[in-house]
Amino acid sequence: MEPFRRLTATACPLPLANVDTDQLIPARFMKRPRSAGYGDYLLHDLRGPGFPLTRPERQGSRILVARRNFGSGSSREAAVYALVDHGFRCVLAPSFGDIFGSNAVNNGLLPARIDEDAAEALLAWLEAGNTTLSVDLEAQSVEADGKQWRFAIDPVWRTKLLNGWSDIDLTLSHQERIAAFAAEDARRRPWARLP
Amino acid sequence: MAEPRALFDKIWDAHAILTREDGQSLIWIDRHFFHEGSHHAFNQLRDRGAAVGYPALNIGVADHYVPTRPTSDPAAMGMVEQLARNAAAHGLRLFGLDHAAQGIVHVVGPEQGLTLPGLSVVCGDSHTSTHGAFGALAFGIGASEVAHVLMTQTLWQQRPKRLRVTLEGRPGPGIGAKDMALSVIAQIGADGAAGHAVEYAGAAVRGLSMEGRLTLCNLSIESGARCGMVAPDATTLGYLRGRPFAPEGEAFDRAAEHWLSLNSDADAAFDRDVSLRAEAIAPIVTWGVSPEDALPITATLPDPARAPSEARAAQIRDGLDYMGLRAGQKLSEIAVDRVFIGSCTNARIEDLRMAAAVLAGRRARVPGMVSPGSRLVRQQAEQEGLDRIFREAGLEWVGSGCSMCVGMNGDLVPPGERCASTTNRNFKGRQGPGARTHLMSPAMAAAAAVLGHLADVRPLLEGRL
Ligand code: SF4
Repeated sequence: MEPFRRLTATACPLPLANVDTDQLIPARFMKRPRSAGYGDYLLHDLRGPGFPLTRPERQGSRILVARRNFGSGSSREAAVYALVDHGFRCVLAPSFGDIFGSNAVNNGLLPARIDEDAAEALLAWLEAGNTTLSVDLEAQSVEADGKQWRFAIDPVWRTKLLNGWSDIDLTLSHQERIAAFAAEDARRRPWARLP
Repeated sequence: MAEPRALFDKIWDAHAILTREDGQSLIWIDRHFFHEGSHHAFNQLRDRGAAVGYPALNIGVADHYVPTRPTSDPAAMGMVEQLARNAAAHGLRLFGLDHAAQGIVHVVGPEQGLTLPGLSVVCGDSHTSTHGAFGALAFGIGASEVAHVLMTQTLWQQRPKRLRVTLEGRPGPGIGAKDMALSVIAQIGADGAAGHAVEYAGAAVRGLSMEGRLTLCNLSIESGARCGMVAPDATTLGYLRGRPFAPEGEAFDRAAEHWLSLNSDADAAFDRDVSLRAEAIAPIVTWGVSPEDALPITATLPDPARAPSEARAAQIRDGLDYMGLRAGQKLSEIAVDRVFIGSCTNARIEDLRMAAAVLAGRRARVPGMVSPGSRLVRQQAEQEGLDRIFREAGLEWVGSGCSMCVGMNGDLVPPGERCASTTNRNFKGRQGPGARTHLMSPAMAAAAAVLGHLADVRPLLEGRL
């Protein structure tokens, strides 16, 4: 995966709380293989006249700003595929669904937690017609309008994103430990195994 | 003396293969359930040319796209067939369309005794928290993680914080686990338990049957929790004895001894504590587009003008607007267009019995569907004559699967229609584009069917419980 360090890009405001994964990608579009692309279906059923995502000044957005509990709901990784395929690399919000957060990081998308006040300030600034934000993962800061806000992220997720790491290669390097654990565990908890 | 530990920690510690300096642990996974939606993960395996590491521990269940009526949506059937091909390609056990015990994954796992106390259980589905009802560490994962489990039978995880939710006292008649769970979510918020493993404790939880505990843990994810769990006890053992995949005879007794040791030590520390009195819980329904928008049926709808913040006001306006409701309206005056009784939250035998207790000898004023959680639940319900009660009330008795909970199989609520539903998500469009969902217990959904509007079930249950 491409490492994430600093990003200066067009940002899109989404002044909604509880944007759940059913809204990010409605269920009926989930039969497609990933190779078919999910970007066109991002927030499909919320799109209407004046919807921020489709406005001309938000084209090419790579940063999304939303209210609390973004990505709550189902574990569908397709919600992250839709964001990433649409071009997003970062979502700024006061809180995220846990599973969404790990899915995001596994696909190189930064879920950055900002204070409610910062979210409101950024939303207001973007809705006033401004467009460009800077996000610095190393410094954990977001910059707009000459002001700076800090954001929070799980340190492990930060390291993974900064380096573009995925888990599987690391895990495979521990294969012997896993096999030894499995053998010992089968003796310790025979009832836990299935034939 | 060893440090006092919470139930969660005992299970976590038994599964940590190694813990890195940064705090991430590599966790052994005892059970991985997969379904039609897991196709992304199987494609990732194929792209890597990888094999399944421990095939016996990965179990497939057809549910999300399964037709519940003799219709043939070729796209949905294609998803079910793709699941069967993926399972066959890797030699994995499958509760598919041709299996007598097919059903919703979170109903089948417990029912088959595949889910046991002390296990780590994952599935590419957020309601995997359901299985925590047995005192298991159970949580939903995304497709990349599903692929990781298929290949290695492990996952990297950060130890979550611990939240204890205590439900003291005894709920009143007609009040079930669904009402308790929605009350908790309304109190702490849809992200109130984010980053936490929840343990449900207290007399009202101990008093729940396994079915009730499964409902309670199922809804943990709707408060944002990583997982929810209940310590195993005699109720747990009673449910498990004789299940097809549970240990038998002496092996069961030895396992049971260990299972009963899985509870929080007396002075185990929790990061947070929340408690509710069960007597204070009234039948709950949701009015908005997040499960936290839940109120007692006796309440009126909130007014955005009185909201504590602009963000909250915007959320209330958005919810009322999508749901086609007005501030100040009485919940019990909201007319519904249909009802749905089903899903992994509320389609077990007890749920169907509760709905039938309300519906017996009565007619539904609106159309509706009853989809049992599994074929075995369906069979049991038919033996008890519940299907006749539903049919005579005018409701459709259909096959088992996720059905109208998520609409992937084509069972949809038409745009703009209002559905009284026993499911778990009232999100915009969850039951179909433009569909309006009110979440409630099976008894409350049955009451809505009988009266044609949201209604307090308690008077309808008088003399029937
Ligand atoms: S019934 Fe609904 S919530 Fe449960 S597994 Fe199926 S789609 Fe998910």
